[in-house]
Amino acid sequence: MVKLSGSKKVIKLLEDFFDTVDQGVLVFKNGVNNYLYGNKENFHDNLMNLVRLENDADLIKKEVENLLYTRSLVPQFRGDLLKLLDDMDTILDTVKENLSQFDVEMPSIPVELNQDFNKLTELSVSAVESLLPTVRAFFRTPDTVRDQLHRVYFFEKETDKMALAIKKKVFHEMTNLNLSEKFHLRYFTLHIENVSDVAQKVADLLSIMAIKRTI
Amino acid sequence: MFLFFLTGGLFLGWSLGSNDAANIFGTAVGSKMLRFRTAATIASIFIILGAVVQGSGTTETLGKLGTVDAIAGAFTVAICAAITVFAFNRNKLPASTTQAIVGSIIGWNLFTGNPTDYSTLTTILSTWIVGPILGIIFSALLFILTRWLLRKLQIHLIKLDGYIRWGLIIVGAFGAYSLGANNIANVVGVFIGSIPPIVVDFGLFQITGIKLVFLLGGISIAIGVFTYGSKVMETVGRGIMNLTPEAAIVVVLAHSLVLFIFSSTSLSILLENIGLPRIPLVPVSSSQLVVGAIIGIGLVKGVQELQLKTIGNILLGWLLIPLVSCILSFFALFFIQNVFDLNVTGATNEQLAIPSVTEVDVKLDVANNLNLVYPFAFAIAILVLVPIIYLIFRQRKSKIDAQNALLKKQKELIEAQSALTELELRAMRLENTSLASKLEFKRNELVNYALNIIEQQNFLSSILSSINEIKKTKNDVEQSAKLDNLMMLIKQQMNNSDKVKVFNLEVDKIHRDFNQRLATRYPDLTESDRRLAILIRLDFSSKEIAPLLNISPKSVEIARYRLRKKLELKDRENLTEFLKSL
Repeated sequence: MVKLSGSKKVIKLLEDFFDTVDQGVLVFKNGVNNYLYGNKENFHDNLMNLVRLENDADLIKKEVENLLYTRSLVPQFRGDLLKLLDDMDTILDTVKENLSQFDVEMPSIPVELNQDFNKLTELSVSAVESLLPTVRAFFRTPDTVRDQLHRVYFFEKETDKMALAIKKKVFHEMTNLNLSEKFHLRYFTLHIENVSDVAQKVADLLSIMAIKRTI
Repeated sequence: MFLFFLTGGLFLGWSLGSNDAANIFGTAVGSKMLRFRTAATIASIFIILGAVVQGSGTTETLGKLGTVDAIAGAFTVAICAAITVFAFNRNKLPASTTQAIVGSIIGWNLFTGNPTDYSTLTTILSTWIVGPILGIIFSALLFILTRWLLRKLQIHLIKLDGYIRWGLIIVGAFGAYSLGANNIANVVGVFIGSIPPIVVDFGLFQITGIKLVFLLGGISIAIGVFTYGSKVMETVGRGIMNLTPEAAIVVVLAHSLVLFIFSSTSLSILLENIGLPRIPLVPVSSSQLVVGAIIGIGLVKGVQELQLKTIGNILLGWLLIPLVSCILSFFALFFIQNVFDLNVTGATNEQLAIPSVTEVDVKLDVANNLNLVYPFAFAIAILVLVPIIYLIFRQRKSKIDAQNALLKKQKELIEAQSALTELELRAMRLENTSLASKLEFKRNELVNYALNIIEQQNFLSSILSSINEIKKTKNDVEQSAKLDNLMMLIKQQMNNSDKVKVFNLEVDKIHRDFNQRLATRYPDLTESDRRLAILIRLDFSSKEIAPLLNISPKSVEIARYRLRKKLELKDRENLTEFLKSL
């Protein structure tokens, strides 16, 4: 008839998934920092760690998906919930891809830009970090979601501003760089900026889901 | 005979079950939170329980409105109400069994001259208005309470899902019980005056005639739920009741509470004992209560636009259904009495006594006892055996189905393989044929070349011998004659050249279709005309055509002119273009 046994497992898996995303962005932040300051070994450790976390997140996501369908849990929100997990998984995919690009392309970042890139990463990751408590809140207190989401939008905007500042600096002030180097730096700015954009997408979805859940 | 006439009420019960169970389990089934079978089973059990345990209160009130004291009359009244509900539902208009049966009873009163108890009628009519209003109030209060509780408890969405399922089952069961208790009067209320005073002995327990009728009414509602409820539940789940599951629980609970209040004798007595006015036990429309409950939630949520159409539908139900049912009942009673010569009323020209359910029970002191111990035991045995046999058959069937599916797949695989082989074979045969024809062509070509070389050799050697002979000839006249002969021979050879023949044959072969089309459309054309047409179509000039047809270029021009005439071409039309477009 009606089974409650799967609920606890799904709740635990969801918490694990969010923890994995949280750890993933922290590792990413650390990885960029290590790259900027030339700690190659640590950077490689970060990359390996991120690959493992991304893999774990995929496995958890699949298990949640299976449980939701086989136990026919939350039929009204199942679609939205799976979309949320998918989008959050995209955050991990993006940060992994970013770090992997640092590893493959090895962009030459001038020392005077280290601080700026560090700040950009910090802001972009902050958008994700503000998103995670909101996602957790959605499951228990959907009414509070909309109040919490403004932090995500704030950090996304700040990231955009920072990225723009870096691009201007590279193209207007750093005349000693080749055009190819400028382009390369612009791409990496965009890659890091992209993390906060994905967080904003999740925030949009979450805001709609919260309205649906509010009785 | 009584059972036959009871079918009118049972039909009404079926109609009620198929429609009103959706009000209770519509959201749960529509949103896939509960399977239909689970919902239908719970609804059926509790509807029957409600009908048997608590159905007498509302039945008594309905009896006061007009006691149909002849079985044929009761049958007609019930069937008219059922037809009205069925017709309204078919035309997608909201229909309530309660309003239909009230209209039908008034129709009977009018036909038989039995005075309608206006105080009872006023009570019933007021509950139709009070019911939905109570629904609004209850649902609004329950909704506020639920929202406050959910905010306070902060239950995880996944866990809440489980609780909601249980909530939907429990509230649904209560709703089904209340529906059975409240609406059973609509189904069998009119038969109360005609129930034979019997007690049926099942061995383990005894059941009175009136309870048996309630049981049968409940079963008819349950059958309605199982046979037709699925569709309605799916529609309702996605339609008006497209609410969040939490809100759905509130709606069902509010609706069930109102139904329960208007059918609970004990609650009514309790209120009377503490000095409050007694609650009238009246059957109310389940669908209208649901609409009221949804409006209640809308008011709390601050929905500005109340759907006027929905309210209009309720008003339409209040007015139109009783009216239609009343008129239908009046004329049907006239028909039954005069055509079938059946008594639709037991009393004539007298004020009819109003026997209540309790009075019917009193009659049972003098009742006949009906021993049904053996049939009851037999029924239980069947109830146990049938599921066992069904399970065995289902298991065997699923085994056979699986085997059949496997065989079907294997067959499909073999068919696909053989089709593939056949395809490959056909392709191979086609390739072989084309290769063989190519080979034949090449062989013919070779033979032709060889024959041509031989012929040329022979001709050249004959020319050589002729020239030698001419050289030896001393006489000028004879020499000139021999030279003329030689020239003639060479010209003949040119005329009879096999190369031209071969060429013509090839052209004919390639352009066979064109040749046929030309012959069909222009039957007057000769073979040489057609050959000329083909050569023109191939873009050969007159100069090039001349040696192929063995005529002079001038003759080709004349032949072209004749061909144009035969093809009836105008001056502006180009012959080559025309032949190409053919």
